[in-house]
Amino acid sequence: MYKKIRLLFSLCLLWSLAIAVQAAPLRMATTTSTQNSGLLDILLPAFQKQTGVEVHVIAVGTGKALKMGRDGDVDVVMVHAVAAEEKFVAEGFGTDRVQFMYNDFVIVGPNNDPAAIKGVKSVTEAMTKIQGSQSKFISRGDDSGTHKKEQALWQAANIQPDGNWYIEAGQGMGKVLQMASELDGYTLIDRGTWLAYKGKVDMSLLNEGDNQLSNPYGVIAVNPAKHPDTNYADAKKLIDWVSSQDGQELIRDYRLHGEPLFIPLLLK
Amino acid sequence: MESLSAASYQALYLLFTGDSSLWTIIGISFSVSVRALLYAAPFGILTAFVLAYFRFPGRRLLVSIFNTALSIPAVVVGLTLYILLSKAGPLGAWRLLFTQDAMILGQMCLCFPLLVAMAHSALQASDRRAWETALTLGASPLRALLTILHETRFGLIGALVASFGRIIAEVGSSMMLGGNILNYTRNIPTAIALETSKGSFAEGIALGMVLLFMALFLNILLGQVQGKGEVIQ
Repeated sequence: MYKKIRLLFSLCLLWSLAIAVQAAPLRMATTTSTQNSGLLDILLPAFQKQTGVEVHVIAVGTGKALKMGRDGDVDVVMVHAVAAEEKFVAEGFGTDRVQFMYNDFVIVGPNNDPAAIKGVKSVTEAMTKIQGSQSKFISRGDDSGTHKKEQALWQAANIQPDGNWYIEAGQGMGKVLQMASELDGYTLIDRGTWLAYKGKVDMSLLNEGDNQLSNPYGVIAVNPAKHPDTNYADAKKLIDWVSSQDGQELIRDYRLHGEPLFIPLLLK
Repeated sequence: MESLSAASYQALYLLFTGDSSLWTIIGISFSVSVRALLYAAPFGILTAFVLAYFRFPGRRLLVSIFNTALSIPAVVVGLTLYILLSKAGPLGAWRLLFTQDAMILGQMCLCFPLLVAMAHSALQASDRRAWETALTLGASPLRALLTILHETRFGLIGALVASFGRIIAEVGSSMMLGGNILNYTRNIPTAIALETSKGSFAEGIALGMVLLFMALFLNILLGQVQGKGEVIQ
């Protein structure tokens, strides 16, 4: 009996030692839409295979992801909100920012398209038509990258979205899409989430392709000058790797439901 | 890093300067939860009374079912009603999803078991002879019922306060059924969830403090009411 306890004790000791020796994982904050796209499930295992660095992904809204970086709660952030990213770096919280890929936003809506935006080339014209017909538009309203994009588009169309037709939901992309489907409204959505959810809702893709709908992704290391205890070395490894030919090819070849989703920016 | 004290300070500032968006959210929270409680209370107390005063087969099972229902998570209530109220669901024609009425329905379902369970234990402890005496003295059953409710008022008020506490603070069903729509179905708990996801902790804490003040106020009120209900020495 005594022997057994001793054996168990030494095993525990050995185990805790093994944990202590294991390298600290890299903590990455990203957005829910990046997580939902499934790309990270391909990208990160390949990265770990080459470098041995394990990445823990925390998927939250863009605002919170950047706040986590600001507070030093993560080592690296991967988001898609150009202005907020630039501010994050300019304020000294982030460093080594690289824009490494992009995908795009699309406008989806009810199948009968009451605002008649299908086939309209310019997205500002499409949004003017939505407002003009007083069709419902469901906004994320949560300060996310998608929400910021939507606000920029309204501004470009010179529209102050207001009134009963404009519904600010304050929820994630998947939930907002469900609301748009239930309320017969339009919404702006990133293509990844649309491809993942389109089978579950009764809606159609109605507007795509305008340059303004492009959605570039950035990856930024948390500045070790602000937070000396961050894992900067591994963050840099990740940034270099997603910019490398191997990483860029993986991004190019990624398919969701048979369709390409991301376009690499640094492929030679 | 933004300190907790700085966030709390900013929160107090928002509250006392009458930040209109903050107070709209607080107003929606109370109007929805008060209505839900008002609609649910008569049925809940009547159900508890029937369970406590009448013998019929399956009574014990019903009591057990209501006690079990106390631990149903709010999201499950939300999800069930969501499926029922969805366009594709059996009640889709009502077009209730993402309205205040849907939130009220969800909160009624949430507080009903708690109301029944607590009112039942209050009524169970009451003296059955009061009911019989009232009837013998020629009171109508309704008059006798009111007498019993008056006798057990402290326990019943406790049940109401606890139920209100449960629904004013729940986030799961309000989020699913109301949709967290600005100026319409965004209440305190769903707004806290949203502000947290945005990283605006000060607003989240301000709203959290309103909830805490409310809970404190309700508990002091409950303490007062029950204090008067002490056994006379």
